[in-house]
Amino acid sequence: MASQRREAEHPSPMTPANMKRRFRWDEFLAEKLITAVAFVSLATIALIFVFVFREAAPVFFSRPEAAQVDQAAEEETYGEEALGEGARALSEGRNVDGVEYGDASSGSAMLENLLSVTWQPVGSLPKFGLIPLILGSLKVTIVALLIAAPLAILAAIFTSAFAPPRAREFIKPIIELLAGFPSVVIGFFALMSLATIMQQTFGYQYRLNVLLGGMAMALTVIPIIYTIAEDALNAVPKFMKEASLALGATNWQTALFVTLPAATPGVFAAILLGFGRAFGETMIVLMATGNAALVSWSILEPVRTMSATIGAEMAEVVFGDIHYHVLFLIGAILFVFTFTLNAVAELYVRQRLIRRFRGV
Amino acid sequence: MNLQRRLIGLGVIGTSAAATLAIVAAMVLISLTIVMGGKDTLSWEFLTTAPREGMTAGGIFPAIVGTVLLVLLMSVAGVPAGAITAVYLSEYAHQRSVIARTIRFAVNTLAGVPSIVFGLFGLGFFVQFIGTGMDRMFSDGVRLRWAQPNILWASLTMALLTLPVVIVSVEEAIKNVPQELRAASLALGATRWQTVWKVVIPNSLNGILTGGILAVSRGAGEVAPILFTGAAYFLPELPDALSSQFMHLGYHIYIMSTQSTNVEATRGIQYATTLVLLMLTFVLNFSAILLRSRVRSRQLQ
Repeated sequence: MASQRREAEHPSPMTPANMKRRFRWDEFLAEKLITAVAFVSLATIALIFVFVFREAAPVFFSRPEAAQVDQAAEEETYGEEALGEGARALSEGRNVDGVEYGDASSGSAMLENLLSVTWQPVGSLPKFGLIPLILGSLKVTIVALLIAAPLAILAAIFTSAFAPPRAREFIKPIIELLAGFPSVVIGFFALMSLATIMQQTFGYQYRLNVLLGGMAMALTVIPIIYTIAEDALNAVPKFMKEASLALGATNWQTALFVTLPAATPGVFAAILLGFGRAFGETMIVLMATGNAALVSWSILEPVRTMSATIGAEMAEVVFGDIHYHVLFLIGAILFVFTFTLNAVAELYVRQRLIRRFRGV
Repeated sequence: MNLQRRLIGLGVIGTSAAATLAIVAAMVLISLTIVMGGKDTLSWEFLTTAPREGMTAGGIFPAIVGTVLLVLLMSVAGVPAGAITAVYLSEYAHQRSVIARTIRFAVNTLAGVPSIVFGLFGLGFFVQFIGTGMDRMFSDGVRLRWAQPNILWASLTMALLTLPVVIVSVEEAIKNVPQELRAASLALGATRWQTVWKVVIPNSLNGILTGGILAVSRGAGEVAPILFTGAAYFLPELPDALSSQFMHLGYHIYIMSTQSTNVEATRGIQYATTLVLLMLTFVLNFSAILLRSRVRSRQLQ
């Protein structure tokens, strides 16, 4: 139909010359509109960077004790520099033992406050020590990964190598459905049901603790690790498996000693992405970890994570207050951390995976 | 030796099967616990009335309406934008150009940024920046109308959160349209836009739908981004304007289970609310999985 109509409009044969001359409004508009929408949505994504950091920056140039100093022109650059320094000092402090204070190289009282071990944001002398929060996030994440990674990787090996095709068709959608469980539902289950069962079984003191939060978190991490690891295992070229089987290796020997090593970068990426997801997950830790900002290594004590702190305190904070900006700083740290993890998984691991399959 | 090898093999297969079983069992256990806890409270009245007596009685109607409204607004804002971006990436951008690769990298990494960070962005950008600006423009700037959490800002935040999900799945669907179809269309003299509109999009409609449904189900279940961009603790009346706050199923569960003064009295309500949210996301996810497997089996043929 459409082509007939066009022919009627242009009865003359189309040569490359008169095709070029013809200008189509709909074509032009569609292309420009699509490009514009694409760039608007991507610009909005870029804005996330700008605004989270913009709201975090004031932490470093308005000190709680000192009177407001007038820093009209140099505000922006100073804030950014201090932020970079703060982040660096933070990661250094975390590497060494988790309790070391910054040596106050910038001389900023705020920085020292941020690196202290007390989180007490409300009061006449608010303390914004981030150490317990960072430690808390790490503890819950590591417990979650220790539970989730072995289970998910074993399940991925099972589905890709051992399960009969019919069972595979059944297992994969089920684990995909688990990925669709809202985290608030898993948090609710942990809080209302799992917490009681665990406490009755093991008889520990605190009902809500790192172990419980980690177990609940594992449920959200398992589908991520499983899906990516299973993809990586399935992406191993068939000839490698066939060569192994032809040499007399059994099915399980092939799976463990040929397929799994070949898919290691992908499995590693799966764990990295799982780590990032667990580190930033909010609702589960908010509901199931007790939210006490303690510094300890025990996994049977309550804990307060970075994400839970934002979630619990942001709604009650006064806009423009130093507390408000510190919460944004925590968000910025979370952002940088997870973004880096994802970037590493995306760039480094995927490249290696491709090279490996080509090289072998 | 052969016996030993066979025994180890049994061990390996057994362990991995046990791990798989454990995951499936955990999922079944959660679902059963929630169904058992909530089925007695769940009733038609529960679904269609507002909470009463300090939320210890009554239903969750405002929360259901709030969730549905949030998801609708979010889809209107996010799904078309995401789909168009995906069309741009796969049909218009030069595949090997720096721009296309940067965009794809940004989209993929953003998919892993925690949802609470999106919530912070929503507060800093929509509520504080845009909201304050709108108040200055449209009213006296003293009375807050837009510069406070509301359903519009919450949906826009959520739309942004689901944008990477939509872009990635729509792009995948578009990529699965065979190159020959495009070539045939172009060879018949169709322009690029005609090819996109009449060939590429109809052939990837299922995939686009899947992306939309996945985004919607993620949006229905996420609570962290709306904690401080618009969800209300208790609000018996329904939102009547874009600048109203709203109740949300997930937020309701969180509030009831952590801040309620009488957890025991509301236990049934809590389980039933969780059951409703779980069923909602279950239906959405299940339809997405069905659609996707239909697309895949059609491609195999």
